[in-house]
Amino acid sequence: MTDTRAVALWLLVTALLVLGGGIAWMRHVQMEIPLLPGEAKPVWLVEARVDFVATGGPVRISLDLPEELPGFRLFTEQAASPGYGFAIIEATDDRRGEWTRREATGPQTLYYTAQFIVEGDREPARVVGHPRPREVFFEEPEATAASELIGTALARSSTPESLTREMVRLLANPEIDQNAALLRAAGLGRAELLARLLNIAGVAAHVAQGLELEDARRRRPLTPLVEIPVDGYWRVFDPVSGRQGLPENMLLWHRGGTSLLDVEGGTQSQVSFSMLRQSVPALQLAQAQFGDSPLAAFGIAALPIEEQGLFKLLFLLPLGALVVAFMRIVVGIPTSGTFMPVLIALAFVQTSLGLGLVSFITVVAFGLLLRGYLSYLNLLLVARIATLVVIVILLISLLSIFGYRLGYSTGLTITFFPMVIIAWTIERMSILWEEEGPREVLVQGGGSLVVAVLAYVLMELRIVQHLSFNFPELNLVLLAGILVIGQYSGYRLSELRRFRDMRAFSQ
Amino acid sequence: MSFISPRVLSRLGVLGLNGRNRNYVARYNPRRAFPLVDNKLETKRILEAAGLATPALLFVVRHQFEVRDIGARLEGHASFCIKPAKGSGGKGIMVIERRSGDRFVKASGAELGIEQIKRHVSNALAGLYSLGGQPDAVIVEELIEFDPSFSGLSHEGVPDIRIVVFQGYPVMAMLRLATHASDGKANLHQGAVGVGLDLATGRAIRAVQYTRPIREHPDTGRSLDAISIDDWRNMLLLASRCYEPTGLGYLGADLVLDRSKGAQLLELNARPGLAIQVASGCGLLPRLRAIEARVAEHRESAEERVAFAVEAFAAQPHA
Repeated sequence: MTDTRAVALWLLVTALLVLGGGIAWMRHVQMEIPLLPGEAKPVWLVEARVDFVATGGPVRISLDLPEELPGFRLFTEQAASPGYGFAIIEATDDRRGEWTRREATGPQTLYYTAQFIVEGDREPARVVGHPRPREVFFEEPEATAASELIGTALARSSTPESLTREMVRLLANPEIDQNAALLRAAGLGRAELLARLLNIAGVAAHVAQGLELEDARRRRPLTPLVEIPVDGYWRVFDPVSGRQGLPENMLLWHRGGTSLLDVEGGTQSQVSFSMLRQSVPALQLAQAQFGDSPLAAFGIAALPIEEQGLFKLLFLLPLGALVVAFMRIVVGIPTSGTFMPVLIALAFVQTSLGLGLVSFITVVAFGLLLRGYLSYLNLLLVARIATLVVIVILLISLLSIFGYRLGYSTGLTITFFPMVIIAWTIERMSILWEEEGPREVLVQGGGSLVVAVLAYVLMELRIVQHLSFNFPELNLVLLAGILVIGQYSGYRLSELRRFRDMRAFSQ
Repeated sequence: MSFISPRVLSRLGVLGLNGRNRNYVARYNPRRAFPLVDNKLETKRILEAAGLATPALLFVVRHQFEVRDIGARLEGHASFCIKPAKGSGGKGIMVIERRSGDRFVKASGAELGIEQIKRHVSNALAGLYSLGGQPDAVIVEELIEFDPSFSGLSHEGVPDIRIVVFQGYPVMAMLRLATHASDGKANLHQGAVGVGLDLATGRAIRAVQYTRPIREHPDTGRSLDAISIDDWRNMLLLASRCYEPTGLGYLGADLVLDRSKGAQLLELNARPGLAIQVASGCGLLPRLRAIEARVAEHRESAEERVAFAVEAFAAQPHA
């Protein structure tokens, strides 16, 4: 019978461990809630600046905004441009920021700022639908040169990737290849030229614009790149070096399709980018990003701030309970009352340790003295405790006023001690004093304080506060720990001392 | 600081608090039986119903208003003992040995007026001595007249015999002697002397105070080596028979030897302490396991159980 009970208990413990640890781990992985406090994540702050000269009429500026970002994720974005209306217009596979104004004259500057989180995962963008090669026409003699160059490249390649590489290589050496020299002289730009040639060769290539991220750079242009669809993904090529794949610090700002910047009612338009590398607390990032994830239901970040503050304290209690269970069952420290030490520790968390200890001991000692007198007055027990509560309140207010006069406004924090706890402590201690003598008062009172201080020290650890608040499900793990301790039937540390004289019988 | 290694402790078969609570108290003592022994009035009732000897009840005080009449109700009782029904660990017990005029004389020789007795009873009724401060009842019972063989053994308080009974089998016994240090209480951790008794004979094995071996009573100087309890077999029988009416598989029976009435049960304890092991110089575990094996095969009467225990747990002479 006890066997099945033990099995059930261990199953329960395992289930709690798996459940608590599992949910915590899932929330860590999926919602990126950091396991350690103070963890920061690199974030790129990118500012796009659009300059143009307004011609006096209505103005509409439309800037392509990044949508799918291999290796990055958009965190926040905002536009700052006084006098302009701003909206983000989302179409399928395309996001554009649109600034509008009824009238504007002279040089104008618009800003769009966004923060990008660096992600480890650099999976290339997926191809949506079936992109078809564009119809591209060259004038003679470029048309002949193009078809000859394409023929050469096709002959030396077998796949779209190798075709692209071959073309880049051919175009790179105008001295050797006359066709390349002729085509490059047309003044199209390497990326556009490559994309056109690829489209003629039957590859649905497009030009993309990437932003090379470098800390504290200003007025940077975009770098043109060529993307070709291969096996359902867009593969990126550098049109000059032929390098395949997206460089690590390259943010794909603009991808194919529409234009980067449309300006109506202005001339001499120009886009430039400035960037800054920042650190943002990982916790803040996680909360901002995954606030509405189903896993967030387990977090308390969704509650109003007031309740959050309450839970921040409340979720420290299980740890205190575990400490008490451990200290009493395994170490064998006597405490007065089972969970009084936890409550004292909780009060210390709010008052700070030194001050909390001093005021707690002062109030309890004063209370004990007064209680001695009360017992002389021969009152009934309940009345005596009630009297104590009143006296304790007076004592605390006296202490606070005294502390305030001395310039310690922190003296006021003693009010955090649960009044009844103090009164009850005094009552229990004085009975203990009468019944078992002052030594027992010191032993049990001291034991309670030692356990309280220990629980306090643990509760004050930043990592503990961080974990208990952000991963409340870890309380299930604590619960498992308490269940395990509850099964301990071995000796307490204190018993190894208590029974030390039994050594005489162990020849 | 010196410690004993847990391996040595477990080789000696010493039972620890966790082991006692989990493997014996929780397993063998049904919860519903606890109130029977936590309330001395209830205990007295079942013991009397089972025909087990216990000091006669003079009267019970249940309400504060009855405290006024206490003087009248004590009329004619020169010696008595006041106990809170739910007091634990000897808390709140007041022993009046005789009267001197209208004053009451405690065992220590201190004299009390009726007002002080009333106050004590009123405190006890309000729950000062009960667990959790619950309202309590107060028992006033006949005072035990100690057998002369106990004279000089105890300072102020009551010398009593604690017998641990496991599933009706006595397993270990000790004599507890109050000292000046223990303030007349029989609690070993407060400084009372514990004298381990040979379960077979009722003779002293060794004596300890604060876990240290001693040979003489620290206050009276009386030698503790030669102690031998009269009427020992009866005492074991009385303790052993507490099992059936209470249903407590693991209990501590506190007994005294009255001059004329012989062995008397004072109270029962559902969570008997572990100091008895130090007093006896041996661990409880081997004996408890032997009983568990025995019970698996036999159903025995109290006499048979005592006979088995006397046989199995006789003290081995040691250095």
